Amino acid sequence: MEAVLLTLFVVAAVALFVSIPLRPGAKNAEERIEDPELAELEARKEAKYREIRDAELDREQGKLSQADWARADAELRRDAIEILREIDALEARKSRLSPRH
Amino acid sequence: MTFAEFSIDFGLACLIAALAAFAYGAGAGIWGGRNADRRFVDSARRAVYAATALLVICVVTLEAAFLRSDFSLALVADHSSTTTPTLYKMTALWGSQGGSLLLWAFVLSIASSGVLFATRHKHREVVPWATAVLCGLGLFFCGLMLFAGGANPFERLSPVPAEGAGLNPLLRHPAMAIHPPMLYSGYVLFSIPFAFAIGALIARRLDASWIRSTRRFALLAWMFLSVGILLGAGWSYVELGWGGYWGWDPVENASLMPWLVGTAFLHSIMVQERRGMLKVWNVSLICATFALSLLGTFLVRSGILQSIHAFGESTVGTPLLLLIAAVLIGSTVLIVLRLSHLRSERRVESMASREAVFLVNNVLLVGLAVIVFWGTFFPLISEAITGERSTLAAPWFDQYVTPLAILVVLFTGIGPLLAWRKVSAGRALRLFGPPTAFAGVVLIALFVLTDSASEPGALIMFTFAAFAVAGLIGEFLRGASAQKALTGDGWVMSLGRVVVRNRRRYGGYIVHAGIIMAFVSIAASSSFQDTDDVRMLPGDSTTVGDYELTYVRPTAFRDLEEQRLTFGSIVEVRRDGEVVETLTPSRNYYSSSSTGTVRSFFEGEATSEVGRSGGASEDFWTAMRPDLTEPAIEDFIATADQRIDRITIPDELPDPATPGGQATMRQIAADRSALQGIAITNLEGRFEDGQIPVDFRINVNPLVIWIWIGGAVGVIGALLAAWPTASARRRRVSDVYAARLAKDLNRA
Repeated sequence: MEAVLLTLFVVAAVALFVSIPLRPGAKNAEERIEDPELAELEARKEAKYREIRDAELDREQGKLSQADWARADAELRRDAIEILREIDALEARKSRLSPRH
Repeated sequence: MTFAEFSIDFGLACLIAALAAFAYGAGAGIWGGRNADRRFVDSARRAVYAATALLVICVVTLEAAFLRSDFSLALVADHSSTTTPTLYKMTALWGSQGGSLLLWAFVLSIASSGVLFATRHKHREVVPWATAVLCGLGLFFCGLMLFAGGANPFERLSPVPAEGAGLNPLLRHPAMAIHPPMLYSGYVLFSIPFAFAIGALIARRLDASWIRSTRRFALLAWMFLSVGILLGAGWSYVELGWGGYWGWDPVENASLMPWLVGTAFLHSIMVQERRGMLKVWNVSLICATFALSLLGTFLVRSGILQSIHAFGESTVGTPLLLLIAAVLIGSTVLIVLRLSHLRSERRVESMASREAVFLVNNVLLVGLAVIVFWGTFFPLISEAITGERSTLAAPWFDQYVTPLAILVVLFTGIGPLLAWRKVSAGRALRLFGPPTAFAGVVLIALFVLTDSASEPGALIMFTFAAFAVAGLIGEFLRGASAQKALTGDGWVMSLGRVVVRNRRRYGGYIVHAGIIMAFVSIAASSSFQDTDDVRMLPGDSTTVGDYELTYVRPTAFRDLEEQRLTFGSIVEVRRDGEVVETLTPSRNYYSSSSTGTVRSFFEGEATSEVGRSGGASEDFWTAMRPDLTEPAIEDFIATADQRIDRITIPDELPDPATPGGQATMRQIAADRSALQGIAITNLEGRFEDGQIPVDFRINVNPLVIWIWIGGAVGVIGALLAAWPTASARRRRVSDVYAARLAKDLNRA
């Protein structure tokens, strides 16, 4: 009997803990979550920067000729700029839509 | 109720509550994912935190029970005793079915809490499903413990025995103490990228973001698995007495398969991150890796590879098999349904590119895993089809694994020399020339100066390894040179800077160096081992390789506390006539029962303490086993046991239910123990007189120490590759400030 009561007590404590976000008046969980579109763009931006750095390292190590590196670097930087434009556009749209105080 | 009894009840209550928390977390995660309800996603994450705290309490409770030798718990009574050393009391937890399942759930909960905390503000659409998958796995393992018979770590015994059975003597070794947690951490940590891959598939978020959040967990999983495999191999080498470190045993193979496929995954995700390619490969590889991790657990815990008929005797075999089937079928269905989202963003532009080499690497490593899988399960397959069990032994594995392993080393050397996309025309000679030339020199030197040509496979491995190592050195030098040209620093500073700034690349190169060391060592120690099995009496000598071993004299020792009898030897090792080492190999015999017979020592577990002396170039290794089947010894043991029975056992045994009867039984046990001691002393004397011949196995293993050194180097490289970059650390700090600012603005 004591074991059953003990189990119920522990389960109740767990239930109290996990139900905090579900209670009325709980903080709005949405406001801290990153925008998935923005997150994806940021991730693509970081990946593109990594590609740019890798290409530079490959050129420094002699794996890419100056001409090949210049071509690849230009293409990668064009892609990165495009991503930055998309990020700026998304952030501009978000700030237009967010409530003013 | 005592505090000890209360703590056991509390531990069981926590395990049940953990089950409930995982069940709720799975449901809340699914609800939160389907309905985009962030509150339930947060609630599910809290359920994981709660389960973690509860499982910590379970583990602490059981460890405390082991430390105080609480034999009211079956787990403690079956795997510990009052005389078990403290370290092995604490590590005995995972020596049992229930304890190892608890370890699985415990590590899973900690890793899940870590990744869910790190991603609590990210991956809005993926995290709910990943949480559900992780909670589902936690629910499964907690459910196994509570509902599969014989797997409950809190199972009580009544009546409570006065003494425990003790730990299996084979497991009383430091390497074995931490081998299971390392392996299980490796298995479990692969569940993190798996869960996020499933979440990404369900949510149709199949860019590289799920990889970025879980890459370090995959790397840590690989690292722990590597350490676990090395510890197991090291234990085998020094403890089992057969002279090897890898026997293609099913339990060994169970850990190698996820390691191989996990290695392919770690390489392949780099291609998706940089080039948006190999998406189908990556989700398939991580699902396969995790399924193989579960398979590893299944092989060890189900008993299926002892015999398919033994499978039915294990209570966890069928549920584990069902889980593996669910993982494989579920992930396959999801991948097929999402194929359109998994299209590569680009194609391989050139075969002379890093991504092309990574693709070849995927094929080689998966091919190796398939070979190991086939060889491991062949006994089951043959038994199921023909009714007769056929086993594929080490030579079969060596025949098919060796060529692929050689190719892996070759491509390990080629990959770093290439650029992403393609190497510029005309650069290939400059990049490949020096390492190829070095490999050629090494090949000629080995051919002329050694007998490597007698083992073509090993010779090719050494040559490709030389190519790969030279390529790696070139990478470090080129990177340092470029840095030096930029900053004007010295070589050492430049090398340090370029490594630190490009941790993933150069950490990976260090891992490659470690792997190459290990492969070369395996090739050398397997192909050029000198070995001999010889029977000797004191004074005899034998020659193995450049060494002469002389059996100087026998030794005998008895440990009453551990009920262990040790027959040992002192051997002198000479080289060029000079004594280079004196070794003391021995064989330990543990009494299997408290029956008070001499034979009980030789019917229980026996372990070997090897004699070993080694350096960078080779290991001298010897193990001994006395021949106790000699008629003189056999007759002595039989006669001694008959006399002990005749002297101590009365014609009529007393009733053990009566106090008088119990006192008589205790006296009988004491008398038997005393007579057993006298007989063992006599047996020790016979052994020390040199009357018992001893079988020695003697090995000279070239380069074997480099397996462990290579492994350590690989682990260091993995740690470096996993270390966060300075920009990542700065980004996290600025995220915290950004969040605070946003919060403050909302309040104003």
